[in-house]
Amino acid sequence: MIEAVGLTKRYGAKTAVHNLSFQVRPGTVTGFLGPNGSGKSTTMRMILGLDVPTSGSVTIGGYPFAKLPNAPRQVGALLDAKAVHGGRSARLHLLSLAQLAGLPARRVDEVLGVVGLQDVARKRSKGFSLGMGQRLGIAAALLGDPQVLLFDEPVNGLDPEGILWVRNLMKQLAAEGRTVFVSSHLMSEMALTAEHLIVIGRGQLLADMTVKDFISANSADFARVRTADTEPEGREKLTAALVEAGGQVLAEPGGALRVTGVPLPRISDLAHDADVRLWELSPHQASLEEAYMRMTQGAVDYRSTADQRAGLMQADPYAQGYGYGATPPQGQGWGQPAQGWGQPGQGWGQPAPGNPYPTLTGEQPNPYAPPQPAQAPAAPPAGPSAPAAPAGAPATAPADLTKRDSEDAR
Amino acid sequence: MTAPQHPQPAAPQAPAFAPEAPQWTGGYLSPIPVRKATLADALASEWTKIRSLRSTMWTLGVMVALVFGIGCAIAAAATAVDDNGGGGKDMSALSFGVFGVLLGVICVITLGVLTISSEFGTGMIRTTLTACPNRARVLTAKAIVFFLLVFTITLVSTTLVGMVAESMLQGQWTDRTTGEMWLRATVGVSLFVALIGLLALAVGTIVRHSAGAITAMLGLMLLPLVMTMFMYASALSEVRKFLLQYSIPYELFVLFASGTDGPDSSGPTGWDPVWIMMGVVAVALGGAYAALMKRDA
Repeated sequence: MIEAVGLTKRYGAKTAVHNLSFQVRPGTVTGFLGPNGSGKSTTMRMILGLDVPTSGSVTIGGYPFAKLPNAPRQVGALLDAKAVHGGRSARLHLLSLAQLAGLPARRVDEVLGVVGLQDVARKRSKGFSLGMGQRLGIAAALLGDPQVLLFDEPVNGLDPEGILWVRNLMKQLAAEGRTVFVSSHLMSEMALTAEHLIVIGRGQLLADMTVKDFISANSADFARVRTADTEPEGREKLTAALVEAGGQVLAEPGGALRVTGVPLPRISDLAHDADVRLWELSPHQASLEEAYMRMTQGAVDYRSTADQRAGLMQADPYAQGYGYGATPPQGQGWGQPAQGWGQPGQGWGQPAPGNPYPTLTGEQPNPYAPPQPAQAPAAPPAGPSAPAAPAGAPATAPADLTKRDSEDAR
Repeated sequence: MTAPQHPQPAAPQAPAFAPEAPQWTGGYLSPIPVRKATLADALASEWTKIRSLRSTMWTLGVMVALVFGIGCAIAAAATAVDDNGGGGKDMSALSFGVFGVLLGVICVITLGVLTISSEFGTGMIRTTLTACPNRARVLTAKAIVFFLLVFTITLVSTTLVGMVAESMLQGQWTDRTTGEMWLRATVGVSLFVALIGLLALAVGTIVRHSAGAITAMLGLMLLPLVMTMFMYASALSEVRKFLLQYSIPYELFVLFASGTDGPDSSGPTGWDPVWIMMGVVAVALGGAYAALMKRDA
């Protein structure tokens, strides 16, 4: 059990962690999420007594780490895979830690076997790949067979086999009744590994709930509705009926409608009443990644932008088509096929200038998100920086989509 | 887990936690018996750390080579000159060892700084302090292991050099060598060198940066002597004398060559350099403990 109460850490004028309170319970894998620089590592260091909190406290099993009896037998941690002296062999590195903790030397060979580094145990860790370094760090964390385990980005650099192994290891450790606290940026991995989530942004707690609750709280699950292409007027009829019934409707690229606020059976009823034929009516469960991105959108310190290459480019007649032009012809959100949700192959890899996770109309906005001036659905000309609404859904134009470039909080 | 997971009665461990941590329920209990870690464990750990690095082997190897090689070479050069009358009555055959030791000290400084600063540089210190939250114990173990290592190696090499020099210069200088001189030129010098190593360790702990700490230590060792070279003005003669007599090379020479009844008794004589260095190291280590305990790792 890890318990933080009002944990605050300031480095000079910069507040790295502000008034953080949470509990990490035994028996489950607790994920620790947050954008770069949000204070995850600082929090982990404070849990381990490496950094002293400016105010507040954090205890493990009721004790501050430094006062914990037999600390290395109760807490194991992987903070940084590179935090080893490269000139020392893996085995002697672990042996020195085992000796420091009062553990028998054969425990070293046991953990080397667990992480699969027996064959390189006598090699200097300087030559290790990042994945091997992670394995060595995990071995060090497991040395004391502790009941509280902290892992900071354990799967970085691991091969697929290693990722699967870490996932199962975390689950197994938790199943044995241990407290497992894992930070990661790999959302898909977190969704598979963790049961509980603690999310921080800019050093403050954003969420402390189960993964399931987190996803449903931070993403409006929606229904995808596609009317028959052969009856174009059916789309408008259905949209009108849905809006009348209190739902929000957004047009997706490809002609489908994204409906929130109306349950699936009701959509079917409305379509039936309006005499509209449906070709698709499917529920869409948001992923952890989507939920996370929406929650932390306002708490991201380091945001990538599209590489403009403006001064280097010759006049390119196709420039606008790729979104490099100074004024894209359309809104940069869903309306433009290259950068939205609808194209799974292209969404994540490229730094989309538009926010791919806009706050839906009528949704509870994220308190940490930058102000989004055009919440109301009936405000298409929301400002000079919202030149155009996505084609096809003028009534519910998410006018804030194009605001992201100019309102970056930092 | 390859750890034996068969359900073992938790009776031996239970009393250790149960009265203190009643909220620790439903947790995991390790089948590996829990033993309280002590300073002896930390000493074993630091010994493993220091012996497992090639830099240790290289630095100490170079040091032994310098002390022994230069000491013997200079003693050999002295055999060519029948100079029994020169050098003053405090000189003995043993005092030819000073030149090698002087260079060896540089190796000790480097290693002393690296012993701790390499942990800060790599981040290993965080792993160490997670395995042992008692920071004072970590630094104490480092200091003891490093001190004993340097002391032993210096003792062995100065004794060897002394024996070689004595036998080479049979009949020229050897008649002056007393038991006290032997003790001072071996044990005394080894204590002094090991104390300089501790000073380097302390400076490394405070500065935390290898290059910075090594530079500071070399400056401390060489600058006073270099400055005296340019203090011609008579007004500065007192400063000059002080800087000269309390510079590390001079003190080292005192240990090798000066008798307690030496002609120049205004400065440190006999075993004084060891006591002076002990005081300096005590202050520096105090600062190092304070810095390590107080600062974020």
